[in-house]
Amino acid sequence: MEQQSQRSVSGSVQSPRSPSSQPYLCVSVTDPVKLGNGVQAYISYRVITKTNFPEYQGPEKIVIRRYSDFIWLRDRLFEKYKGIFIPPLPEKSAVEKFRFSAEFIEMRRQALDVFVNRIASHNLLQQSEDLRTFLQADEETMERLRSYETGIFKKKPADLMQIFKDVQSKVSDVVLGKEKPVEESNPEYEKLKHYVFELENHLAEAQKHAYRLVKRHRELGQSLSDFGKAAKLLGACEGQALGKAFSDLGAKSEALSVKLQKEAHQLLMNFEEPLKDYVRAVQSIKATMGERANAFRQQCELAETMKLKEINLDKLMLTRSDRVGEAEHEYKELKAASEEATKRFETIVRLMNEEIVRFQEQKTRDMGIAFHEFAKGQARLANSVADAWRSLLPKLEACSFA
Amino acid sequence: MMGSENPGFEEAHLFASREEMENLVLDDPLTTHHPNNNNSYSSFRSANSSISESTHHPLSPPVLSTSADSDPLLSPPVYRNPNASDNNSYIEPPSYADVIFSPFDENSANEINRIDSTSQDTDSSFALSRSSSSSSDYIKITVSNPKKEQETTNSLVPGGNTYYTYLITTRTNIPDFGSSEFSVRRRFRDVVALSDRLAEAYRGYFIPPRPDKNVVESQVMQKQDFVEQRRVALEKYLKRLAGHPVIRLSDELKVFLQVEGRLPLSVSTDVASRMLDGTVVAPHEVVQPAKGGRDLLRLFKELRQSVANDWGGSKPPVVEEDKLFMEKKEWIHDLEQQISNASQQVETLVKAQQDMGETMGELGLAFIKLTKFENEEAMYNSQRVRAADMKCVATAAIKASRFYRELNAQTVKHLDTLHEYLGLMLAVHGAFTDRSSALLTVQTLLSELSTLHSRAEKLEAASSKIFGGDKSRIHKIEELKETIRITEDAKNVAIREYERIKENNKCELERLDKERRVDFLNMLKGFVVNQVGYAEKISDVWAKVAEETSGYAKDS
Repeated sequence: MEQQSQRSVSGSVQSPRSPSSQPYLCVSVTDPVKLGNGVQAYISYRVITKTNFPEYQGPEKIVIRRYSDFIWLRDRLFEKYKGIFIPPLPEKSAVEKFRFSAEFIEMRRQALDVFVNRIASHNLLQQSEDLRTFLQADEETMERLRSYETGIFKKKPADLMQIFKDVQSKVSDVVLGKEKPVEESNPEYEKLKHYVFELENHLAEAQKHAYRLVKRHRELGQSLSDFGKAAKLLGACEGQALGKAFSDLGAKSEALSVKLQKEAHQLLMNFEEPLKDYVRAVQSIKATMGERANAFRQQCELAETMKLKEINLDKLMLTRSDRVGEAEHEYKELKAASEEATKRFETIVRLMNEEIVRFQEQKTRDMGIAFHEFAKGQARLANSVADAWRSLLPKLEACSFA
Repeated sequence: MMGSENPGFEEAHLFASREEMENLVLDDPLTTHHPNNNNSYSSFRSANSSISESTHHPLSPPVLSTSADSDPLLSPPVYRNPNASDNNSYIEPPSYADVIFSPFDENSANEINRIDSTSQDTDSSFALSRSSSSSSDYIKITVSNPKKEQETTNSLVPGGNTYYTYLITTRTNIPDFGSSEFSVRRRFRDVVALSDRLAEAYRGYFIPPRPDKNVVESQVMQKQDFVEQRRVALEKYLKRLAGHPVIRLSDELKVFLQVEGRLPLSVSTDVASRMLDGTVVAPHEVVQPAKGGRDLLRLFKELRQSVANDWGGSKPPVVEEDKLFMEKKEWIHDLEQQISNASQQVETLVKAQQDMGETMGELGLAFIKLTKFENEEAMYNSQRVRAADMKCVATAAIKASRFYRELNAQTVKHLDTLHEYLGLMLAVHGAFTDRSSALLTVQTLLSELSTLHSRAEKLEAASSKIFGGDKSRIHKIEELKETIRITEDAKNVAIREYERIKENNKCELERLDKERRVDFLNMLKGFVVNQVGYAEKISDVWAKVAEETSGYAKDS
């Protein structure tokens, strides 16, 4: 999938005239290698970055990364860039047995390559410091970061988080009523939510059938192979012209079997995988929607709390309480937090609107390519089949006059 | 890309609802007649065990009733002439292409069991060459109209003992029959009788085996299904009989097809046993093999003989000296195994093709649903574009799915020849067994003769010692000599019978070779032409989609 890395020029016009003038960031994930032993064995990948971005250390950098590093990157981006549909990662392997099968490794490598390049070609995500770290840091640093993942993250010093949390625990029961989630009442957004959830179902079904189709190709290939062998044996028994005809038929059948297995692989990589990728992308959107819901809730809660505090403050001011100063201070803090929360929410909304357009266009392109490859593959296969069988006809004709 | 109104669009409109789509994909004449809703390969499995059980041949019950009204694209038989529309650029299809692509229809008035000079048989149920005869005589048999009837005699239980009869209609231009069209009602018991009598009369011939009695099935299955299954099997059986160059002209078959009323059951001519018992019988009656009951003594003698043969020591006076025959027999055995193996693989192949078609169709369906969904909920133009692309792919997938299923129907039809020959192998076994048992009879008689001779010698020796002769011994010797004479005659008859059977075997083997070569070659041709034709159609369908989506290729 080298083409992917070539596409990943930042948002601007892609003219490869003079690389130095046009900013570019190209990444490729290659060379899967199995490292380690036994239960702790894993696959490492070579990640090659070519760029002229000034923030980067140089025109080219090669690092070694493993799957959990990619997860780290995704999680960081997800936290930092709320509202953006973070490109999805391929799944962890459910079945131990296949973790190291050649096919699985290749599929994963391809998906990881697509993942990084999507980030690199997104005008906001490509600015990420975490991306820079991922693409450039040495392995020890990466390992340290990876294991600190949960730790550092939750101990964020920004107290806004603290305030949110405190507010939530104090206020939620009283103001919001127990377990009543606050949701946007935006009809267009409702429509989008409905669309996304339905879309996932439809896509999952299509992907299921696509996967079955791959299996069918393999099964047909196997049966052609077995049939070919049987035909050859029958030919050996028959002998003479007829026997030769059977043998030739058997040979063609076996040859076609090979073609079918090849096509099955192509189908898996170029049709089923894009569909799976589509499903993952939709799931990523759902995650972003979750973030939006959280942001909306926080905004509401803080707004409520702020109002309460305001009322309280006015009360205190009227009674000329000596706690006014403290209350005023708290109120100011809350107001800032509330405004912050509103800003966050509005950013998410704005970003999502851009993202959804980009998503639809991207998917139309991706599926267009997938459909094209699918159709090409099927046509190619059918042609092979026709050619193979057709070549037997003159021989069969000759037989009948023998 | 926008709403490309390709012909596929029309089809997409035909199935607005999911049910229609599913009918499109799943419910077609191939599957509607299967009680367990299974595919054509199940018929292969049953045909493998015994040819008479190839009941649910996917196409053999006339299925036109289901296909007549439905979407013409739905029913496989509509695909007629490969030359007609689309492509077929490869070669001028050979003359039999029309035969191959024509509907599999047993009731069409045009179908007749014809033997023409090219030895091409247009009888769709069994596309085997009939004989080397170059005349265009034919016997066309149909079995139809099963009716439930009451047993009139011995009905102790009122309303008990019902059975089914079948209407057997024959059309022929062979003068021996005396009429060109006639029918008769027969029950299964009559078929068993016919089969038994043929087995007696035509020893050494490759007699097609009759349908099984299927006692268990008759009780377990739904009556209607069982009766239909039997009707199909009977028709196949009679057609095969009519296709045998010698048997088709037999009296037994003539009587069966023409003479109303109960068929006389086979008379057990166990005269050989009576003779070996010591009773005087007509020598020509010795020719039937030993059967149970009254033949016990003969059976015992022949068994003793065969044991003597097997355990060596005494070399039997007549040996199967025909080395060529022994080799041929081994070769036939090998051939049978290879055919059986091949037909098993065909079963798997057919299933794989079927599954491919099904899954392709389901994929198409899923995309049609997605298309509808995107169009309904579209907020952006890119969605509409994608929906259009998807519909293009979906319609292609559905078309391809149909093609796979049609291809499969034809594949089944062609490769069914393998199954037919498996059934024929049973007949070959029968003929070889006839030969062995005839040989055994000869050997037994020879032993018997030598025993009788030695007894006679002993008696004569003893009697000659007595001066003037021993009245009682002389009488015994006379009797013995008479028996020896009769046994001698019987032996000659048995030898002649054995030779006759040997000759029959030889002729039939030659016929088998010749016919098999033609049939297998036709099978291969049919199969290959079929594969080519459909592969081209499928390729065209996808090439169009690749063309329509080629814009994306340039992008990347």
